[in-house]
Amino acid sequence: MRLFASLRIALRALMVNKMRSALTMLGIIIGVGAVIAMIAVGSGAKSVIAERIASMGSNMLIVMSGSSTSGGFRFGSGTVPTLTADDAKAILSEIPSVKYVAPTLPGVAQVVYGNQNWSTSIQGTTPEMLDIREWPVASGRSFTQQDLDGATKVCLLGTTVVENLFGGIDPVGQIVRIKKVPFTVIGVLGQKGQASFGQDQDDTIFVPLTTAQKRLFGMQFPGMVRTITVQARGPEVMGEVEEEINAVLRQRHRIQPSQENDFTVRNLTEIMSTAQETASVMSLLLGAIASISLMVGGIGIMNIMLVSVTERTREIGIRIAVGAKGRDILLQFLIESLVLSLIGGILGIAIGVAGTLILSSLTHWPTLFSMQAILLAFLFSGSVGVFFGFYPARKASMLNPIEALRYE
Amino acid sequence: MDSLIQVQDLVKVYSLGEVEVQALRSVSLLVERGEFVAIMGASGSGKSTFMNILGFLDRPTSGQYLLEGINGENLSRDELAEIRNRKIGFVFQGFNLLSRTSALENVELPLVYAETPTSKRKEMAQKALSEVNLNGREHHHPSQLSGGEQQRVAIARALVNQPSILLADEPTGNLDSKTSEEIMGIFQRLNRGMGITIIMITHEPDIAAFAKRNILFKDGSIVDDHKNSAPTIATKGGSGK
Repeated sequence: MRLFASLRIALRALMVNKMRSALTMLGIIIGVGAVIAMIAVGSGAKSVIAERIASMGSNMLIVMSGSSTSGGFRFGSGTVPTLTADDAKAILSEIPSVKYVAPTLPGVAQVVYGNQNWSTSIQGTTPEMLDIREWPVASGRSFTQQDLDGATKVCLLGTTVVENLFGGIDPVGQIVRIKKVPFTVIGVLGQKGQASFGQDQDDTIFVPLTTAQKRLFGMQFPGMVRTITVQARGPEVMGEVEEEINAVLRQRHRIQPSQENDFTVRNLTEIMSTAQETASVMSLLLGAIASISLMVGGIGIMNIMLVSVTERTREIGIRIAVGAKGRDILLQFLIESLVLSLIGGILGIAIGVAGTLILSSLTHWPTLFSMQAILLAFLFSGSVGVFFGFYPARKASMLNPIEALRYE
Repeated sequence: MDSLIQVQDLVKVYSLGEVEVQALRSVSLLVERGEFVAIMGASGSGKSTFMNILGFLDRPTSGQYLLEGINGENLSRDELAEIRNRKIGFVFQGFNLLSRTSALENVELPLVYAETPTSKRKEMAQKALSEVNLNGREHHHPSQLSGGEQQRVAIARALVNQPSILLADEPTGNLDSKTSEEIMGIFQRLNRGMGITIIMITHEPDIAAFAKRNILFKDGSIVDDHKNSAPTIATKGGSGK
């Protein structure tokens, strides 16, 4: 028997019991809707984390100065400066997998413009820092090698600093005083937003490293920096780069094999990808819980199909008597459950999408729909129909026609 | 030429738990094309079991049954379904129509499984319905038809595939005597006019009297088999077309 004829028989059977069909579908509708909504919430969370990782810069390692020991107490990383700008140069020239290095000397200082003042973090660094963090200059220009060589008094302002000092005035070309030293504002950084742990990344000023060393914070030894930010060429070489930095710096600092490092290398991307993995597990978990409701919907279909087969035993007997083959009956009932689950799937997708939009507008949770997730939910509901419809359909196709015809 | 139906030493044993019931004990029978046979017998005499085997709905325990030389013994369930579809028309006591389905669609049912194209299906079903004088009733549902009309729809369904044989299991069991005679009239016309072979179970001698040959079953065996020299001629239902 052709598929079309089976489809017509199935649709008619479903129309006869409208209420029952609708209630059976409801299980699938709720199941698919829940899957769609949960995946949207999960991937929304994931995408927010991915965005924050991207805003921080990818494939990033930070080399920090070593810890100090005083009277048996060990202090945290960076308390004793051990790194120099030359260490940074060596890392770049000796390790081929390193793309950029940015030695940094940070500090906190009061900034004054006119009658406004603001305390913010000052980062003495090289222009590569902006490349590593994929941070564009919104207006004006970045500083150059000449600025570094000449230790010129120029600076780049983050948007928070601009807001607090300038109000509506264009800061480019203006003079601000940092620790009473006059600096020319040469550019304004693009807005970066919050970092993953809530700090305002835009509350900062970038100055050339040499300027920071010579004019702002001073040096305990020539070329001193606190940290070196390193960008590897790809995520696959991160481990390798970390090891090589260790090797290069141990050699440069003449550390004996028995001695501990006087610096620390931290893999920031790793920390972030842990956060991302957590989000992935979360969204998987949400999806799994939602799948359970889809499963329950499927069992509902099986239940109703079994009832339907029993109710229509006589009809099945008649069909078999006049020449229906096993697969004709099987197909008829399988299509019935498939139609139930697919229509339920389509309605479920609609309700899932609508529900998610309402949810995210009420709670401001980030949500993200993907075509794949929707397609997957649809296919999944179809396979639920086939899977749970198969047993009742098979049962129908195996009926003994004599007994079926006698069934009251 | 071979007989239409050849039955040789047919035995059917049902086992109900420990107890074995011999429904048929070595039944042999020949039926030629164009016969109109009435099978009689008390309930439990084995006549229904015999009919089920003739209709390829059931398999004998031993013995042989050939319909137009076809032996169903080694055929699969689906192959038997196909034979039922092409060669056998069933008429039941309880009509066994699909409710919520129009008369026309009920008649079309065997054609659906024979994969007859839709347009031809309609035409053939229409023709079968006019054979049983149901013109104009095509789109009525079984619940809107009288018992006699429902049985006529069932006869049209049995005829629509132009089967070799029409098997009727107490076709008048649920009908009053007037309607019963109408149905017998149709059977006689189909048998005489179109040469359709009919085997009919009944336990009413009045109904058996319409057939050309009467067979009596008792305790799983044929105890009487005689030609009916002067069958009753039905005065109703015979006209038409």
